[in-house]
Amino acid sequence: MTFFATVIMPYLAFVSFLAGMSYRVWRWASSPVPFRIPTTCGQQESLPFIRADKLENPPDRLHAFLRMLLEVLLFRSLFRGAQAEKRGETLVFGSAKWLWFFALMFHWSMLFILLRHLRFVLQPVPGWLLGLEAADGFLQIGLPVLYITDIFFLTGLTFLFLRRVALPRLRYISLPSDYLAVLLLIAVGLSGLATRFIWRADITGVKEWALSLVTLRPEPLAAASPAFLTHLILVMCLIAYFPWSKLAHAGGVFLSPTRNLANNSRARRHVNPWNYPAPVHSYAEYENDFREKMRKAGLPLESAEKTEGGAESAAGGLK
Amino acid sequence: MAKLPKKAELTQYSLGTAPAPWRETKAELRPGMYCYGAKGKNLETVGMPNARDWSPAEEDWKLPEDWREIILAGMAERLEKYRSFRLFMDICVRCGACADKCHFYLGTGDPKNMPVLRAELLRSVYRRYFTKAGRLGKLAGARDLTLDVLKEWWYYFFQCTECRRCSVFCPYGIDQAEITIIGRELLNLVGLNTDWIAGPVANCYMKGNHVGLEPQTILSNIEFMLDDLETITGKRIEPTFNRKGAEILFITPSGDLFAEPGIYTCMGYFMLFEQLGLDYTISTYASEGGNFGFFTSNEMAKRLNAKMYAEAKRLGVKWILGGECGHMWRLVNQYMDTWNGPADFLETPVSPVTGTRFENARSAKMVHIAEFTADLMYHDKLKLDPARNDHLIVTFHDSCNTARGMGLLDEPRYVLKKVCNNFHEMAEDTIREKTLCCGSGSGLNAGENMELRLRAGFPRANAVREVKEKHGVNVLANICALDRASFPPIMDYWVPGTKVMGLHELVGNALVLDGEIERTLDLRTEELPRRDETAGEGGEAQ
Ligand code: SF4
Ligand code: SF4
Repeated sequence: MTFFATVIMPYLAFVSFLAGMSYRVWRWASSPVPFRIPTTCGQQESLPFIRADKLENPPDRLHAFLRMLLEVLLFRSLFRGAQAEKRGETLVFGSAKWLWFFALMFHWSMLFILLRHLRFVLQPVPGWLLGLEAADGFLQIGLPVLYITDIFFLTGLTFLFLRRVALPRLRYISLPSDYLAVLLLIAVGLSGLATRFIWRADITGVKEWALSLVTLRPEPLAAASPAFLTHLILVMCLIAYFPWSKLAHAGGVFLSPTRNLANNSRARRHVNPWNYPAPVHSYAEYENDFREKMRKAGLPLESAEKTEGGAESAAGGLK
Repeated sequence: MAKLPKKAELTQYSLGTAPAPWRETKAELRPGMYCYGAKGKNLETVGMPNARDWSPAEEDWKLPEDWREIILAGMAERLEKYRSFRLFMDICVRCGACADKCHFYLGTGDPKNMPVLRAELLRSVYRRYFTKAGRLGKLAGARDLTLDVLKEWWYYFFQCTECRRCSVFCPYGIDQAEITIIGRELLNLVGLNTDWIAGPVANCYMKGNHVGLEPQTILSNIEFMLDDLETITGKRIEPTFNRKGAEILFITPSGDLFAEPGIYTCMGYFMLFEQLGLDYTISTYASEGGNFGFFTSNEMAKRLNAKMYAEAKRLGVKWILGGECGHMWRLVNQYMDTWNGPADFLETPVSPVTGTRFENARSAKMVHIAEFTADLMYHDKLKLDPARNDHLIVTFHDSCNTARGMGLLDEPRYVLKKVCNNFHEMAEDTIREKTLCCGSGSGLNAGENMELRLRAGFPRANAVREVKEKHGVNVLANICALDRASFPPIMDYWVPGTKVMGLHELVGNALVLDGEIERTLDLRTEELPRRDETAGEGGEAQ
């Protein structure tokens, strides 16, 4: 059992994660982007006397990249957060940044927690990591250290969960898997705290075991406490489930064509790999249809007589 | 058109949800909320499948027997062709950030009009047939593609104006417009278009423009405008048509040639070109800037769009200048060169008046008239008398496509501020990239779905009402032919007394032509306010 939980499962979970994420990203990436369709959220670059908003409406790849950074690091779009309310016969728009605030809080804390966990697989623990831990634990409330990111992580998630059950609209659109994901994350967080505050895990033992896994000389963790095992199993479930669930948005966001492209298809031609010629109604056919009327109206004509429009029709305007 | 419902009825909704889970409620097609089915002859003209006459109100939609296979095969094909589609099917986390951003939801309170649910209508079918988890059925949010589901798609994909507002707020940029576009394309595989779209498409294909104007009618319509212009300015303007060797081909949506108030915008163009002595021509063959093909399928859009470059090539012009239109400009900006380019027979557009090279259009070779005019004004090439617009208190509606599919935000404002003295923005959450749709875009501007249009136009109207109350706004300026066609009834209903004007109508009013008579009439041949009554200083403002 211990061998299964502390050796087989971690490897299985990682395989599932890596294989899954690669598959998902490959799958997305294997469909082409036929058109350059950024959603423009600011002034385009056009005339020199009109100030372009290059981050919201990137004129080139560099700015598209920066826009993506803003999106991924600061959740730019969520920050637009506004709420519409109907008051009697009018609509009122107000700013509502709560979702942005708590989502950002949760995601950033998760990143920090992940980084902190690197201490189990890095020997010796690098200085930046020690610094990060120190900063994170500055609210040193006795021993063991209570990290603020732990609090933020759980606060953020609790908000996301409560929001989902409390707001009728959210409840209405939610799927079972939406609850599953957030509950799983909360469980991971709580069990993690338990390994430090309630049933303390043997850190040195865990580190030895973790190092044995990453150096591919796996040793089971003999003295795993139930709390630690619970935490471990939950984390493994999360990692294994990640790519196959909505959590995969973490990879997908980078590929989003409305965010990662420059709005410059009038300046630089975008090529659609599957573009194909399609039939058009050519000018010659049009003139055939209306020759007499055009003549009477005094419009110039290409030909005084009916022409064979068919041949030209495929060529008209198409490559 | 059915009798319009009372305002009190239309505002009797709440931004909530429904009692039953959405997957278990069948869409109820309410008259007034949808358009007539596409006529067989219109589909036949362009060779779209399953051409026949049908009615959405009837039980039998006369679908081909294997409609389900056709749709599923169509989905499989598009998942391979569009990264956007595959990705947007996969990565939504149902965070709800988009939920209250859609004017259809904001105006109907129907939860299936939340962008996220509109997407789920299709996504649930995607899960069922294209993912492993789909076998879990309901638990995984999957459902079978049944006839009811297909009808639900039809009903709700034609309650989306492809405006992209949802996409602005989504943390992954999931664009329901893209999903609607593909959803409609799938519906078209089994002949489920609306006639308000299929008719203009057939017209445009055969006659060159949506409204079906034949060449001689285009000329006579324009004759009328020129007569009016002669009365107003004392000058006879004589544009040319289908003229080879002109420097510039001018293309505008046919709505501008057809009806009020679009024609006033068109008169503004003519005055401007006349004053500049521009070497331009108008084509009767490529007489449509808009493209209802885009509301049908990608291929249809490309087929209609092809005329622009084909005609530019035949006439041997150097570049193309485009009139005020919304979706036309999303397509020119993001699709045209990809579909039908490279336009290597044209040259990088250069303004013959200012010498400005439009580098931003160096590949597609087409310039927006607001860019063109703003450049003229920046270089002080026009004599303007904005006081002629002093009786107008103006606000500006960004059309969705130029805002979110291009970013043409400040050029029209630059022009507007030069030609009128009273300009007020609407609330910040309702303009620029957050602009609220007119509610009739993407081919929904029919008569039989007026209730839908009034509802979807309500959020915008609400914002207009606000500035009307605050600043006395009486003009809704815009740069979109569809706005000009669709807003008048919506404004009459919600904010009576608001005129709808294209940007270049206001330019035309303010523009001082060489050798003009004293101007007493505006482009609508209504009396201009007497100078001494309005602004005290008056005079010839520059
Ligand atoms: S904002 Fe985006 S991710 Fe959130 S529910 Fe809407 S489409 Fe899904
Ligand atoms: S594209 Fe516009 S109309 Fe369509 S769902 Fe999004 S917000 Fe609504």
